[in-house]
Amino acid sequence: MSLEAAEKSWQAPKASDYDVWRVREDFPILKQRIYGNPLVFLDTAASAQKPQAVIDAVRRCYETEYANIHRGVYYLSERATEAFEAARRKVQALLNAREAREIVFVRGATEAINLVAHSYGRTFLNAGDEILISHIEHHSNIVPWQILCQEKGLKLRVAPVDDSAELVLDEYARMLNDRTKFVAITHISNAVGTITPIKEIIRLAHQRGIPVLVDGCQAVPHMRVDVQDLDCDFYVFSGHKLYGPSGIGALYGKAEHLEAMPPYQGGGEMILSVTFEKTEYNVIPFKFEAGTPHIAGAIGLGAAVDYVNDVGIERIAAHESALLAYATERISEFKGLRVIGTAKEKASILSFVLEGVHPHDVGTVLDRDGIAVRAGHHCAQPVMERFGVPATVRASLAMFNTVEDVDALIASIRKARELFG
Amino acid sequence: MDDLRELYQEMILDHSKRPRNFGPLPGAEREAKGNNPLCGDRVTVFLAMENGVVKDVRFVGAGCAISMASASMMTEMVKGKTAEEARTLFARFHHLVTEEDGGEALGGPDLDKLEVFAGVRQFPIRVKCATLPWHTLAAALERRIEEVTTE
Repeated sequence: MSLEAAEKSWQAPKASDYDVWRVREDFPILKQRIYGNPLVFLDTAASAQKPQAVIDAVRRCYETEYANIHRGVYYLSERATEAFEAARRKVQALLNAREAREIVFVRGATEAINLVAHSYGRTFLNAGDEILISHIEHHSNIVPWQILCQEKGLKLRVAPVDDSAELVLDEYARMLNDRTKFVAITHISNAVGTITPIKEIIRLAHQRGIPVLVDGCQAVPHMRVDVQDLDCDFYVFSGHKLYGPSGIGALYGKAEHLEAMPPYQGGGEMILSVTFEKTEYNVIPFKFEAGTPHIAGAIGLGAAVDYVNDVGIERIAAHESALLAYATERISEFKGLRVIGTAKEKASILSFVLEGVHPHDVGTVLDRDGIAVRAGHHCAQPVMERFGVPATVRASLAMFNTVEDVDALIASIRKARELFG
Repeated sequence: MDDLRELYQEMILDHSKRPRNFGPLPGAEREAKGNNPLCGDRVTVFLAMENGVVKDVRFVGAGCAISMASASMMTEMVKGKTAEEARTLFARFHHLVTEEDGGEALGGPDLDKLEVFAGVRQFPIRVKCATLPWHTLAAALERRIEEVTTE
C-alpha cells in the first residue's frame, strides 16, 4: 500500500470524550509560531510544557502568599506553609502513599536518587554487595550507583533487555542472588518507551528481602501510579515532567526506611536543635529537606497534580496510547526507518533512526518546520550502544498532542528523507 | 525549505555521503580525537607533517552531515599548507560560521569551497558540529593527546 493510500484509509482513533483542543487552550506556549509554523511540541519526555493553572499558582504564590515556611509566626508564613504542605499531601495522594511524611521534596529525580544512594547506600551496603539496574536506565539512575560502587567496593550489575527493548525477566531473576542488596529500575524508559514489569520486578526482589527504587519520571505523567500496590521501597519523579515547574521533584520512601536513613544534606530545617556539642535531627520528611526549599515550585507542582487529576490520568493515558499507535503505524511506512524500542507495552515515546541521516540533521529539518523533538542519546548512552546507534530522534507525546501533530511530524520526516536522499 | 538548502548545500551533502580522505593514515605521527557530546559526532584526525607542512591528513568518524562534510573539506583544504596557515584557516572558518563575514580581515589562505558553510551561522546550534573537526585538527597540530570536546 502506498503511503498516500495508507493516509487516506487510516482512521485516526479518537479517545471518546477527550477534548484535546480544549486541553491545548490551557497551554499558552502552544500558541507560538516557530519560523512561521505552528509549534508542534514533541519533547515532553525531556520536559513538559505548563498549563495556565500551574503558571498562575506560581505567580499567585509570589504575588500574595509568599514567605519562608515552617518557621514564621506571622500570617503570610502560615499561608505559605499550608500551601507547601498541601502540595505534599497532593503528591502523597497522587502516588497513593500511606503517609504524607513519606514524601520528601527534592530538586528532581536526579537529586532523589543521589539522596538514596548516599543516605541508604552508604549506610546499609557493604563491600562485595551488588546493586542491580537495567540496561535501559537514564544516566541519573546509573551514575549515582556507579559512584557509590566505586566508593564502597560494590558491584554494579545490569539486567539485560531483548531486541525489542523489553527487560528479560528470567535473566533479571537469575541475577538476583545472595549478594544483591539493592535494585534500581525505571518504570518507563525515557529513551525507548518500554513499560517495565515493575510489580513483578519488585516482588522477585522482595522474595530475597532486597529493596527496590523505581525511577518514575516517565510513568507519573502517563499512567496511574500506586506505590502501595507496587510495594516499592522508593519511588522518584521530577515535577517538570509532570507539567509542573522545574527544580522540584519528589522522593517517596517507606517510612521505616526514611527513619532509619541518616540525613543527606545538613543545614537549617532538618534539625530539631543545634549546639556545638550535639545536633538533633528533625523527623521525616524534614530530616531530608535541608535549607529553604523551592516553595513556589512545590506549590506549582501541587497545581500540576490538581490539573492532571481534573483532566483525568486514565483519559490522558488512553489519548496518548491511541496517538502513539497512530504515530507508530504511520512511521512504519517509511523505508529505511528503524524504530528503536518495540516492546509490547510502551508509553508516549517513539524513538527512531532514519537510515543514512544522522538524528541531528533530522532534528534540524524538523525544527525548521516548528517541530520540537530530541536528537541525541537522551542521557541513556548504554541503551544507544545496545541497539548499535550513536543517537536517535525521539518524539514523545503528552496530553496536549494531536493527530495533526503526528501528521506534521510524518510530513517533516518525509522532507528530511527527500533532502538527504 | 530555502533556509535548509542554505545550510545543506549540494557540496555539503556530497561530502557527507562521500567523505574525502576518509580512513586511517599509516605512518601518521600525529593524531587527535574529537567528540561532540551533544549529538554524538565523533572524529579522529590523523596528520603526517614534513618541514612544518601538512604532507597528508585523513580522518575517521561518524556524525551528522555538517560535521562529516566539514571534516572532509577541511582535509582537502589543509593538505599542503603550513601549520600556521592551517590555524589561520581554522580562525577564518570559525569566523565564517559565527559572524557576518568570512573573516577576510584575519588574512591567511582563502576559504574557497569552505564558503558553503556560511549557512551554518543561521543555525547556531550546529556551529559546534561544523567546528569539531577543526578543533580536533588544532589539537593534532599541537600533538595534544587528551580528547577534544566541544563542551
